[in-house]
This record gives sequence, structure tokens and C-alpha cells, in this order.
Amino acid sequence: MSTNGKPKFAMYWAASCGGCEIAVLNIHEKILDVDANFEVVFWPVAMDAKYKDVRAMPDKSILLTLFNGGMRNAENEEMAHLLRRKSQILVAFGSCACEGCIPGLANLSGKQQLFDTVYDTSSTLNPQATRPQLEVTVPEGTIHIPYFNPVLKTLAQVVDVDYFMPGCPPESHQIGAVIDLVIQVLQGNAQLPPKGATIGAGGSTVCDECNRTRDVKTIKKFTRIQDLVTIDPELCLLEQGIPCNGPATRSGCGALCPHAGAQCIGCYGPAEGVLDYGARLMTAFASVIDSQDPVEINSILDGLVDPAGQFYRFNLASSLLRASRSAWQSK
Amino acid sequence: MNRDTFEPVIIGFTCNWCSYRAADLAGTARVKYPPNVRLIRLMCSGRLDPTFVLKAIAGGADGVLITGCHPGECHYLEQNYKALRRYHLLKRTLAQMGIRPERVKLVWASAAEGVKLAEEITTFIEEVRALGPLDWPGMTGESIAVAPGFLAAEEVGV
Amino acid sequence: MSTEEPTNPSPDQEKIGVYVCHCGSNIAGIVDVQEVAEWAGERLKDRGVVVSRDYKFMCSSLGQELIENDIKDKGLTRVVVAACSPHLHENTFRTACGRAGLNPYLCELVSIREQVSWVHTDKDAATTKSKAVVSGGVERVIHHEALEPLVVPIHPATLVVGGGIAGIQAALEIADAGFPVYLVEREPSIGGHMAQFDKTFPTLDCSACILTPRMVSAGGHPNITLLTWSEVTRVDGYVGNFTVTIRKKPRYVNTDLCTGCGICQEKCPKKIIDEVYEAGLGYRKAVYTPFPQAVPRYPVIDRENCTYFQKGTCRACEKFCPTNAIDFTQQDEFVTVEVGNIILATGYDLFDPRRVTQYGYGRLANVFTSLEFERLSNSAGPTNGAIVLRDGVTTPASVGIIHCVGSRDRNFNNYCSVICCMQGLKFAHIVKERTGATVYNFYIDMRTAYKAYDEFYQRVLEEGTLFVRGKVAEVTDAARLPGEDGKLIVQVEDTLASVQRRIPVDMVILSSGLQPRHDAKEVAHLFGLSCSADGWYIEKHPKLDPVATMTDGIFIAGCVQGPKDIPSSVSQGAAAAARVLGRIQQKQIALEPVRATVDEAKCSGCRICNNLCPFNAILFHEDRMVTEINPALCQGCGTCVAACPAGAISGTGFSNEQILAQIEGLLLLNLQPLHATAAD
Repeated sequence: MSTNGKPKFAMYWAASCGGCEIAVLNIHEKILDVDANFEVVFWPVAMDAKYKDVRAMPDKSILLTLFNGGMRNAENEEMAHLLRRKSQILVAFGSCACEGCIPGLANLSGKQQLFDTVYDTSSTLNPQATRPQLEVTVPEGTIHIPYFNPVLKTLAQVVDVDYFMPGCPPESHQIGAVIDLVIQVLQGNAQLPPKGATIGAGGSTVCDECNRTRDVKTIKKFTRIQDLVTIDPELCLLEQGIPCNGPATRSGCGALCPHAGAQCIGCYGPAEGVLDYGARLMTAFASVIDSQDPVEINSILDGLVDPAGQFYRFNLASSLLRASRSAWQSK
Repeated sequence: MNRDTFEPVIIGFTCNWCSYRAADLAGTARVKYPPNVRLIRLMCSGRLDPTFVLKAIAGGADGVLITGCHPGECHYLEQNYKALRRYHLLKRTLAQMGIRPERVKLVWASAAEGVKLAEEITTFIEEVRALGPLDWPGMTGESIAVAPGFLAAEEVGV
Repeated sequence: MSTEEPTNPSPDQEKIGVYVCHCGSNIAGIVDVQEVAEWAGERLKDRGVVVSRDYKFMCSSLGQELIENDIKDKGLTRVVVAACSPHLHENTFRTACGRAGLNPYLCELVSIREQVSWVHTDKDAATTKSKAVVSGGVERVIHHEALEPLVVPIHPATLVVGGGIAGIQAALEIADAGFPVYLVEREPSIGGHMAQFDKTFPTLDCSACILTPRMVSAGGHPNITLLTWSEVTRVDGYVGNFTVTIRKKPRYVNTDLCTGCGICQEKCPKKIIDEVYEAGLGYRKAVYTPFPQAVPRYPVIDRENCTYFQKGTCRACEKFCPTNAIDFTQQDEFVTVEVGNIILATGYDLFDPRRVTQYGYGRLANVFTSLEFERLSNSAGPTNGAIVLRDGVTTPASVGIIHCVGSRDRNFNNYCSVICCMQGLKFAHIVKERTGATVYNFYIDMRTAYKAYDEFYQRVLEEGTLFVRGKVAEVTDAARLPGEDGKLIVQVEDTLASVQRRIPVDMVILSSGLQPRHDAKEVAHLFGLSCSADGWYIEKHPKLDPVATMTDGIFIAGCVQGPKDIPSSVSQGAAAAARVLGRIQQKQIALEPVRATVDEAKCSGCRICNNLCPFNAILFHEDRMVTEINPALCQGCGTCVAACPAGAISGTGFSNEQILAQIEGLLLLNLQPLHATAAD
């Protein structure tokens, strides 16, 4: 099995920002527990290793793999399949792997449109309008880059996932709690939760952890938080007309953003059992609009300037529609 | 698929007290309309969760018809207004997803308006036919199974 | 005839029976029912269908037996019937399942008749759609749960709102049966509009003579608590258990001391035009009973017009009252009562014919409304029964009676007000009898449908009343032709003779239509009822259930449900009473278990659902910061289920799982893609 008898641990990043890695490092001295209890065999941010080393490992030899990042390209998918084979427990770690997160927002655009934005905007010097090619021959030989999926997928849309840890990133104290749990399981003092469970998060939504006072909701106006002159620090943000995603977002983060004076943008994903996160927000916000007249309703809705962004910022890739029509139709 | 032979598939939501009865009345009166709409009975249009519309679209429906009691006549007093508000927000969001908002339509029909409902259904079918197939992918071919964790009803342990 | 596939469903899968009804040729004429049944048995096998049959009449006892036997022999855990509308036979099949030992709520009836065979002509398309409908039903029923109805007790007291003839009838029947009734009336006396009439058609009984004995019975009945000069302000609760708050407006008369002697009315110096009872034709005092036979006999003081309340002087009534019953310090008194059932019999308002400006009411002195005429012809009225013009003295030599004023008219009310033709004939007869005047009735259709009504019409014809079929264009005093000076001219197209007529008369009576009370919508809202767009209250079923409403425990009777004559109002009052008595006898009632519940562990206390329930079923607990739903108050609309952003509210009977599964089934996703995808 392992060289020193300790169970093996891996962490990999696909299409991500690196914040999940930082969040793990942010568990501070708990990292010593990780080191004491696991042998880290593959963690690109922290140590040098090659894909061929992973391929050489026996199947199921890694006990626990924390996989963050979305499935943007063929390399991401290949690594997902590879690490699935090599791991006993595969955790979709962080919002990108669980639900697509910010990279998933690219699903609002077609592939060509994405490339045009990245490779040809005013801040990019690209006089020949070069676009990435799957295969290019250079003097040294032929280079390949992975195929870019027109639609970003979540980890579970590609491989079988054992557990999900939401958050952008998952809060370090939650990561610490999960590590503690796994260590307890290793020591025979605890049971793993049922397969498919969401771990490192709460069982309700952010409002459960939020200290702001609240009443019944009657929204006469939606407004962007930066357009308000004063914000009541005690009162529920939604009641002040600020579209806060807290009511639909899974708890576990401690309502950090509302306590800091900003609206929840939903990085912990949907509550347990919810099929489409955006739909929950749509229905909740719409239900409490204080008007029965279609003209007035629409004028109030004008205050929500970007519904798809508001409702699907983190969750688009795992929503029911998953991507816009142009994204689906692009090649 | 040849546009001339395109037969849209439309999911329709009715409310038990008004529009479902209107559909029944159209039946008793033998009013004819095309067979493209498949109806679901809810107790009230206020039960309409946008998730249902999204599910229908993602599942391959070319259009969705939402029906309920006229404003002021809701059997549950005012719940159709909630449906109205959700409908408007849903259309805006669908537009951003590249779905023509005309594919989702809200129609009020009282229990006595069998003929009217049949007419509205017929009109809507033609409107969706003119828009062409939606062909939303994702339910075919590759697996769209959303992560089991997001569907699990079990309590979360940690 | 039937398809039985040998199957080995996985042990955790349901065993589903599918039954496709021919309904004679109603369904089978368009839908290939055998093919649908075979298809379900074959293609939905993997979904748990273990037996799939088609049969001529599933609702027959033989048809039901098919289901019952399959449940017993094959251990079915779910049943899907594809037949007519659930509004017809859902109960039939649920009961059949119950008889065989399967929970009735594990049965789903999907319509392939009203919504397929009766409305589509393409047989192939109808058959395909039927398969989809069955597939939707199968997927849905998998997620059904065994439910038990909620049983609640019925409080034996009843609230009757409205003391007109319908309300009085209802109250008397319930009280006579031995149960307590609260009869609430907003005027100072019960009696309603019927107390204003002179004679009633077709018998020409004196209205007060047949009404007042009933009023006296109601007033004196030991089981009836009369709350006149009162209004309901709040209704909480649910069938069997309503809590009603009633505002008793101050009479300024102590009813314990008042003997009804009437001296206060005599002595009161302030005379006011009585707009309500006398329809503006007569006077009353500031302290008054609306009419001599008022029940209860206690007067009220009209605060707006009382010299003491407005200026602080007078107090004549107080001075002269022999029992010191006048009490100017009285306030609103609120009483709260518990009742099991409520009957609304709040009656109608008269259409205001001022709106039909071309008829000149309010502008031309001798144009009268029907209620004004009733007061004229009433021997206890302002003219002691003399039919006279507005000057109070002149007897008309010619009278025109216009039917359908404000009714059957898209500019005003589209419906027929039912009683105006008979009313117009009654007026014709009375005018003829009392004055010998020439009488013209202007009508569109003569609606004299009920017992002895048409005979009355024939009698009026024989008496010499002249009938002109045509809608009156205008009533004017602008004389153009000889003989028209000083008269009212009725301009009308005589459609039977195909001529225009200008008929000069001395007096015009407008047979005004009936319309809902001006505050009908607010009152309906108070009780949790819905009005139609016209404002009449909506009955549970227009043919088969005219006195019940969609809200369990609340019944309607009389004109509040729609225009009708006195016998019909009485019948409805009695019918509503019978329904209530039936409920009271059963002592308890089973409520449909379609309602919402909050999973408190998931509820974050965001309160978004809190103001979404018009039935006040949603409660917020500040201490625990969670929301709870009262299952007895919940009407099962599902709005909160759809609104909860945390998905913490679930609804039985129409759960998310059931509806999402039905969508999948309807789109045949449980089998195969619908059509080839355009992308990739």
C-alpha cells in the first residue's frame, strides 16, 4: 500500500482559481494533522509530481482525493477519470467542482464568443487574431492542447462522486471539521456519511446563521448595494431591497458576507434536495414583490439588472438548463 | 427536422378550480384543438415553481403554457398574483439563457371559459410552431444526472 | 383486452396497475385504448407496471372489481386509471382501492377523455398523447404517499350573515332543529329587501304579511341570537372551528330597558329622508326603527343626523323615554363567537338606474325605480299606498314600465336579473288595479318561467296592459308631437310591428336589475371566498352544488349567489341549513389531506413565506426563528411550497417529486428522447 503505512491523500485543481488550495492551507496548524495522518501523494500546488506518477499508482490506492475546479477541457476530464480510478473517496471540493462556480458562468456564451472576448479585446494585443488550435506544428514538433468543451461541466457530470463540499472556497473551519471527521473514521471512532452527501456545510440556508433582524418581506424596489446611500447594519438586506441570495444558499459559512455588510451571492450552492438553485431565488424574490399590477411588477423587476447572473452566478453548470442556447449550440 | 412538419410539444400547467375545469369544459363541449399540449393539474397557479418550467424545457418541451384563474377570482383568493410575478421574472431569466420568452405564456381562464382556453391553446401552439423546435440538449446522450448529493433527501451528517 | 407481463420488478420498486378505459366509444372512438394499454404494459414495465388492462367502463362495478382483484391478487402498490376527468371519478377509484386495502391516495386518475378523445380528431396523435398522459401518471404515482384525511370536530353553533328572507329561513331551520344560531344583520332590523315590497308575485300576497311572522319567530327563538346593527369584522379558523369577531354598532339605546314603545321616535324633532327603507321617498327621524314591524323593536340613533351628536343640544328622546333607555355614551362593542359553519345570505343591491342616463332617473321627476314604486304602492308607505306622481297628489293616467334596466346590457351588467319581468308585470297589475291607468310594459323577452308565473303574465295581458317588445331608447320630456306636452315620452322600437314609437306617459317605472352589494368583494375576502367577475359569490358547482362554496364550512344562500326570486331564496336558505345540520349531526369532518408542512430543520426563518398565505395558516415562531404551517387552516394551494427558497416546505398530494416526475413521464423521458437534438 503506502511506503509509511499512512493512508494516501491527493488534491487536484482543474479549472479553478486556486482559492480552494489556499483555503486548505488556511487551516493553519491543522495542516500538521493532515501531515501526521496522511501521506500526500499528489498535490500540484504544494509538491512536484507528474501525471505519469498518478497513472502508475494502483487503482483505489489513494484513500481521499479533494478535487476542485470545473471540467473546462479534455485535460480536466481526463484527470477526473484518472483520479476517480485511483481514489477510494473522491470529494468534489469547492463550488467549481460541485456546481461550476464562476468558470461555469462562461456557459452563458458560445465558445467562439468566449474566445473572441479573451483573445481579441481592447486589452489584448493580437493583431493576427490568433485563436488557440488543438494541434500546432512548430519547429520542435507538434504541440497539442486539450479540447475546450463548449459547455463546462461539474465533476459529478463526468465521474461518480462520493461527497460534495460546497463553498467558494469552503470555509477553512469547515475543512478542518471534515479532516477531523475523516481522521476519526480512520481511527474507527466515527462513520462516514452516506455516499453522495454534502459535507462541510449546514442543513439549512444562510439566513439560519445570519444575525440580522427580519420581518415579513414586501419588496417595492430592488436596488444594487452600491446605489444605496445608507445601509441599515441590523436589518435584513433583502428587506432593504438588496437582492441577497442568503435565503436559498446552503448554510455553513457563518453568513460571513451579510455580517460584513454585503449581500450573500450564493457560493455555498443550493440547500439540500433542491434541483435548481436559480429557480428557488426566482420564486422567492418574485413571490414577495409587493404589487399585483403587471406594469408595476415589471418596473420593480427592472431593479434586478442581471437575473441570470444574480441567480446562477455559482450554479449555472449544475442548473437544469446548464448553459445558454448559444453555448449548447457552439462547437 | 423539416420545419414544415414540426409538431411542438408543450407542457401546460392548469389550476384545479379554474383552468383545469375550463379544459374539462372544452372537452364536454367537444371543442377541438390540436394535440400538442400535455396538461398537468396543480391545485393553484400559485403552486407553479419555476423549477417545473425549467424542467420541462430541459426535458425537451418546446413551450410551456401556464394557466390559472383570472386576477381577483383565484379560488385561494390571491395566489395567482404570485404566479404572475414569478412568470415575469422567469421570462427575463430565460431570455438571458437564449430562450425566446414567447415560449412561456401565461393565460388566465375561468372555469366557464372552455372555448376561450381551447382558442388560447391553439394560438399558443402556432406561436411555438413559428419559433421552431427548442431542442434543448442535455437530457439525451450525455448524462445530465445532477450530483446525487443535490438530490439526496437524507440529513447531512456534518 | 389486457396485458400481463411476467415481471420481476426490483424489490424496492412499486407494483403499478394501469387501467385504460374505453368509456364506450367516448374514448375508444378516437384513442386506440388497447394499444395504449399494451404499450404501458410493455414500455413501462421497467418503471414498475406489472399489469395493464383496457376495459369498456372502468367506473362500472365490474371495472372497479378489476382494480380491486388486481390489488389483492398481485399486491399492487399503485394504481393509474386513464379515463375521464378526476373531477368526476377520482373518488370512485380511490374508494375502490380503499375497499381492496390500498390507501386511496395511492391511486391516480388521468384524463384521456375531456383532454384527449373529446378534443382531438387525429387518432394517431390522440393515441400518442394518451400514452404520454399514462406515462406521466405512472411516473407521478410512484411518488404518491399513503395519506390519511385530517379529522376535525364540528362546533354545533352556526353563523348566519344577513337577515333577509334567505338568512331568516336558514336560521329558523337550524334553530328549530335544536342548534344555536347567531344571526348577524347590518341594518337595525332583519327583513331585508322583502320588507320593503308591497305585494309578492305571482300570488300578490302582501309581502310584510308573509314575512313578519318569520321575523317574529326568528326574533323570539330561544336558539337564535339576533345581532342587528352589527357586522362581521374578522373570521379566523376553518370548517368546524371558526372564530368570528362581530362589531355591534352602538344603537345608543339600552336594549335591556327599551320596551319599543316608540315615544322617542314621535318626539324626535329631526326629520331625515330615509334613503334605505323608504328608497328616498319618505322620512324617518334621527332616532328610528326602520319600519313598524321591525325585529328587534329597539330603535337606533343615526349619529350623523342627530342634533345631540352634531350640536350637543336637544336630547328629546332621552327626556321622554319612560324607561330611561337612551344612552348616548354607547360605543362599538366587539363580540367573538365560535361557530362550526357559516351561511352567507347578504342579498343584493339595486342597480342604480342613474347610470342609464337616457332613462332620466334623477333628472326627470316622474321616473321611478322599482324599489321606489314598491314603497309607493305599500299601504304603510309614504303615500299610504296611493300611486301618485312625485308631486304627491296626481294620479297618473298612463304609466310605462321598462324591463331590463341595467341587465342584459353589455354597458352595465351582462346577466339577466331574473325577477324584473315578473316584477314589471306585478307593477302593471297594481297600477291597473289602483288607478285604472293605461299601462305599457316595454320588454325584450318575457321571462316568466316558474310556477304560476306564466299564468300571471296571461292574466296581466287579459287585464289590458299593453306590451311593446323593444329596448327603450330613451325617456325624455322634450315634447315634439301633439299630446306630448307635460308628459314623459318613451321612445322605443316596437320590434314586432317594426315601427318606432313615441309613447307619452305620466309616469315611468324602471324595473331595475339586481347587482351584488357594493362591498361584496370585501366581504367575500373577509370570509375567504371568491366572487365571480360580476361580484356574485361562486358556488361549488353551478349545477349540482349551488349552496356550498369552495371553502369548506361556508355556504351561501339567496341573491348573494345570483339574482333569484323569493321561493328560490327560501329554498337555498333551507338547503344551506340542511347541509349545516348534516355536518353538525356528524360531529366531525374529514379534511382532504392536501396541505403543506415545513421541515423545521431546513427552515432558516427567512420569513419569505410568511405573508403569502391568505388563510393565515403560516405562523412564525420568533423564539425558534422558524415558520410553521397550521394543517387545519392550510387549504393546500401550494404557493408557499413553490416559494420557499430553501425547499423547506413540502406539499402532500402535489409534491415536487410528483410533479417533476409527471413532467418526465409526459415528455417520455422515462423511455427515450423526444426528438433528435439539433446540437452535437
